[in-house]
Amino acid sequence: MKLETFIIKRLFLMLIVLFGVSVVVFVVARAIPADPVGAILGGNAPIELVDEMRRRLGLDKPLFDQFLDFMSGVVRGDLGVSIKSNRPVIKDIAEFFPATLELAIVAALISIILGVPLGIFSAVHRNKLVDHFCRVFSILGVSMPVFWTGLLLLILFYYRLGWLPGSGRVGIFTVMPPKVTGLLLLDSLLAGDFGAFKDALSHIILPAVVLGYSATASIARIMRSSMLDVLRQDFIRTAKAKGIGRRLVIYRHALRNALIPVVTVIGLTFGSLLEGAVLTETIFGWPGLGRYIVNSLLLLDYPAIMGGTLFVAVVYSLVNLVVDIIYAALDPRMRV
Amino acid sequence: MHNEGSNVISRRQLLVEDWKHTLYLWRQNKLAMVGTVLVAFFILIAIFAPLIAPYDPIEVDLSQTLLPPSSEHIFGTDQFGRDIFSRVVYGARIEVGIILLVTVISGTIGLAVGITAGYFGGVIDDVLMRITDVFLSFPNLILAMALSAMLGRGVFNAIIAISLVGWTIIARLARAESMKIKSLPYIEAIRALGASNIRILLLHILPMCMSPVLVQLSLRMGSIILTAAGLGFLGLGAQPPTPEWGAIVSDGRSYLVEQWWISTFPGLFIALVVLGFNLLGDGIRDMMDPRIRR
Repeated sequence: MKLETFIIKRLFLMLIVLFGVSVVVFVVARAIPADPVGAILGGNAPIELVDEMRRRLGLDKPLFDQFLDFMSGVVRGDLGVSIKSNRPVIKDIAEFFPATLELAIVAALISIILGVPLGIFSAVHRNKLVDHFCRVFSILGVSMPVFWTGLLLLILFYYRLGWLPGSGRVGIFTVMPPKVTGLLLLDSLLAGDFGAFKDALSHIILPAVVLGYSATASIARIMRSSMLDVLRQDFIRTAKAKGIGRRLVIYRHALRNALIPVVTVIGLTFGSLLEGAVLTETIFGWPGLGRYIVNSLLLLDYPAIMGGTLFVAVVYSLVNLVVDIIYAALDPRMRV
Repeated sequence: MHNEGSNVISRRQLLVEDWKHTLYLWRQNKLAMVGTVLVAFFILIAIFAPLIAPYDPIEVDLSQTLLPPSSEHIFGTDQFGRDIFSRVVYGARIEVGIILLVTVISGTIGLAVGITAGYFGGVIDDVLMRITDVFLSFPNLILAMALSAMLGRGVFNAIIAISLVGWTIIARLARAESMKIKSLPYIEAIRALGASNIRILLLHILPMCMSPVLVQLSLRMGSIILTAAGLGFLGLGAQPPTPEWGAIVSDGRSYLVEQWWISTFPGLFIALVVLGFNLLGDGIRDMMDPRIRR
């Protein structure tokens, strides 16, 4: 199959799947008997007020009509109005998503910086003490609950040592740089404002380290096994036989070939980063989409719940699609 | 006849040899052994919780609030005077229950969807796999959060929520296995003898899919605890006073600076148990790897 055909086919499949995703989101949010009106007004609200609220939210219509309303809104990019913030959900998402994206990108960088060398050391020193140490270190990252690691680091670096700030994206006295990308680190650099950059950096370090460390293990594991595969191949033996130094064989010959599968895992890690972001954002008061969804869930603010989860699912599907396309471009056998 | 008999014996011997080899590989793998010990401790604590825990995990004692760790209360007490150690010990039971139920429910859904899709193929396969894709499009925790909040917060709804998001990998695995098996000659033979589809699926395909599915289910146990604890921590899973570990960590959040022990110890237990499952899982993965097995 040609790469273009593959991409078109995958895009078509994704549309079908995203329709299914909208159905699931709708069913979860509306058909299940939670009572959003009761949650908003409280149990003792007069019946007229309840009816009025139900009418305003469109809850008095038949379920199927509600679904059609929801779908036609989704297609037009209209996700309804949040009950709590009283703003269009899409505006809320536009405000909160860049914070999550920035956190996920920095965390991904940290997990790569940790995971790739850990995997290489493990493979090169297979079954030695170094290997055991590297593996335990990376598995520990995926085993510790991020909300707990986050709390411990907060106690240490914020409360006890006072080295790093405890919550938010910037300090209250910092003037925000003009919004270009919504990523504060990038925007402050674009504005040439190094004070704001330093402040934003000091705020993102703790949450990004917590989140990045939790995603390290999968990268380290695939790096290790991919490196072991390559090190067993004939061309490595040839290179060694030619008298090329051990370091050069490992870093010049083996590493380049071993990195290909790692690239795709890095893409897939993004999903677990989005997941971890929900918990990390809650701990560190990070004003991102994860915290937005949690707050909407606790308040049963269902337009925000539907919009938020749908948006996350779309982003997640897009990332997976891009990963598949990269893989297919690298390896034609994957184009099925 | 004689030939056939010796064949049976040698096959059995092969199986025994295979097990011995697995046991040997497990002994060689120190990290897997550490994992096994951690998991074994976890299960023992859950079984013998009433014997181990010195206090009631739920009863409030306002004369004993917020005590630091001491010989009376080795993990200290919380804002309601409850002994943290006893809560953590009883919490092991909750976590074991969550793991077992989620494994059974998500395993059943995954197997049912997977073998049906793989065996029948065609339109049925397409439809079932698209449904699987839909559920795979959500990051696990986010869909579990939404389901749990909408069903109403509590341990059982959390279990249902985690199961409903966790079956997809099992379905894909079971589908691949059953596709492989259905083209084998013995299935053809049974069908020629007049066996119905249901009979073939339940008696001949399902048992053959079990072992890879069980391995995959065991690999997921660590992440089940993490998801359940995450829900508990966010207030979307187990509700107070249930001693679920994530919920206990959350209890201690307001007392973090002075009374660090409330959050620290249950979190430590989550980390150790999940570490145990993950080390064991890594070992199982190594042992299954034919390149290492030879």
